[in-house]
Amino acid sequence: MAGPVLSLKGLGKRFGASPVFSGVDLDVASGDRIAIIGASGSGKSTLLRCINFLERPDEGRVILGGEPVGEARQRGGGTEMRYDERALNRLRQRVGMVFQQFNLFPHMTVIANVMEGLVTVKRLARDEARPKALAELARVGLADKAEAYPAHLSGGQKQRVAIARALAMEPEILLFDEPTSALDPALVGEVLNTIQSLAEDGRTMLLVTHEIGFAYHMATRVIFLAEGGIYEQGTPDEVLKAPRRPLTQAFIAGHRRFNF
Amino acid sequence: MAYRWDFAPILDNWQALAAGIAGTLRLFLVCLVLGLGFGLLVALMRIARQRPLRWLAIGFIEFFRNTPVLVQILWFYFALPMLVAVEISPFMAAILGISLNSAAYSAEIYRGGIQSIEPGQWEAARSIGMSGFQTLRRIVLPQALRRVLPALTNRGIEIFKMTTLASVVAYVELLHQGKLVASLNFNPLEVYTVVGALFFLILYPLVRATYALERRLARSD
Amino acid sequence: MYSWNFAPVLANSDLLLAGLWNTLALTFVALAGGLPVGLALALARLSGTRSLSVPAGIVIEVFRTTPPLVQLFWFYFGLPIVLNVEMTPYLAAALTFTIQSGAFFAEIFRAGIVSVDKGQREAARAIGMSSTQTMARIVLPQAVKRMFPAMMERSIELMKTTTLVATVSYADLLYQANELAQKTFRPLEVFTAAALIYFVTISLFSALGALVERRMAASGEMAAR
Repeated sequence: MAGPVLSLKGLGKRFGASPVFSGVDLDVASGDRIAIIGASGSGKSTLLRCINFLERPDEGRVILGGEPVGEARQRGGGTEMRYDERALNRLRQRVGMVFQQFNLFPHMTVIANVMEGLVTVKRLARDEARPKALAELARVGLADKAEAYPAHLSGGQKQRVAIARALAMEPEILLFDEPTSALDPALVGEVLNTIQSLAEDGRTMLLVTHEIGFAYHMATRVIFLAEGGIYEQGTPDEVLKAPRRPLTQAFIAGHRRFNF
Repeated sequence: MAYRWDFAPILDNWQALAAGIAGTLRLFLVCLVLGLGFGLLVALMRIARQRPLRWLAIGFIEFFRNTPVLVQILWFYFALPMLVAVEISPFMAAILGISLNSAAYSAEIYRGGIQSIEPGQWEAARSIGMSGFQTLRRIVLPQALRRVLPALTNRGIEIFKMTTLASVVAYVELLHQGKLVASLNFNPLEVYTVVGALFFLILYPLVRATYALERRLARSD
Repeated sequence: MYSWNFAPVLANSDLLLAGLWNTLALTFVALAGGLPVGLALALARLSGTRSLSVPAGIVIEVFRTTPPLVQLFWFYFGLPIVLNVEMTPYLAAALTFTIQSGAFFAEIFRAGIVSVDKGQREAARAIGMSSTQTMARIVLPQAVKRMFPAMMERSIELMKTTTLVATVSYADLLYQANELAQKTFRPLEVFTAAALIYFVTISLFSALGALVERRMAASGEMAAR
């Protein structure tokens, strides 16, 4: 595909009067794997959630596959963005998200969770959706748990099901919002391995994470958020091994225990 | 001298009482379906994005929860015909009063249930492209309804008890028939004891079932 | 198009207000009686002695599971026969609603008492307090703050339930409204006015209750929710 999979132009978000981030420009090419790191409250999750519009950006544009999202309208002195609900719903079919808290649907079995998007949103027949869902479950190594309920799974298993659920929609880009932060340390490995195998498939990914070591090995680019915007970015070697700017250096120094 | 209880006349009049039970059940079922059904609609309006819908729902809920059901029934029976020039039967008046009142109460029950579902569920559903309506239908409501089932069952029991108010506008339900039998046989003590016992026999199993339901839900949470 | 005319309502407003007064009076009496009855029933229900807990349980279940109107009729028409006493509408109503609200309050009390952490009781006994002192000085004060919202709700329900007395010709607001409607041939205006009076009165008490609740929450007394 020519052109970036995802483009952010001048993206900004405020909560009330306080700005979270602003002026964020980002181009994500196909196969890019971008790790977003930063201190708590630096806006990493908010940035991610603006991409699939779980939060509405206050400034800037999101451009997915060359198509800008929403319409700019002239209002008063400036431009106002208008978003159509149905267009946003369609956009979210193309952008997959994995949450820190997994957010599996507790009243459905594992396979039903993975199938839900295919059946309800893409309107596939159940006999068509089921094999696709099973394939994704096999992809994350949980085909044998298809008929189980989420309550009977470990945290790591739940997160892998959540990944399968996102994959089932065949998204152009995958967003991971601190996927291992809520996990028992012993279970973090299985999820990171799953994400690593997705990377090896060449998937385009944005990963908000505290796992600096993992980011170093997996990412093609690292972005450090601070002071309300992209403070420093570059290759993993540049940002994580030899950061140039003071805040980045302080942040990395604080994470030295990660052996990379 | 102790009073001599005599239940014989009641047995003789069992058909009248049976007709009363039939009337009670009929009124109960209609009000249950209308009340809990309309209540869900009002609850959805209550949480809608559009402000006029929300205000309409709030007004409805406040009014029908803060006025007594009997006043509502009498208003529908005596006052509405003046306004709309249609015949309002006792059955109709009772249905209107009890259903609208129950809708207001159940709307708040539904709303509590929906709002108790954590935002993560909404976000997960939206993130795979579901619309708000699909999310409600497939993800949030199924979980919310399960949670509020005990409260709704309680509401159902209240509706059953409210059917006795229809006797005030001479609808043929159990209490009305009881009054009839008592006035014919001059035995109010026995009659009202039997009527009370009948209600108890019907409702007590439902009350126990609700307790059991509550305990099961508390455990699985 | 119907032409509304509230003049007859306004002319007879004193009757309606007298009815409102009787409604409030009856509510107050039933509350004043129902609270102690409820507490007694709750304590009996929680006591280890079967001769106390079983009858209390029966009273609570019967009065919660049967319709209040049936109870009222039983007390007004039936009780005089077995006890051979004179029963006025007011007396029957006061008796019925005291016991009925008592049964509901009993469940609220019981839930509140049970919700107080067992450790509280143990600590109190450990310093030598008797079970009565424990209940009165340690458990109940903590329980009461938690029960307040449910109590408030039940009291508002009680105010609405008192309308039932109109059926036994006690001159509460609904009874007066009914009489007035028949006298003036203006049921629409009269019943609308009555409904509005109930609405305003009940909303006011609800708002008051919510205010007290918020004050209590702010002072952290309901923190253990």
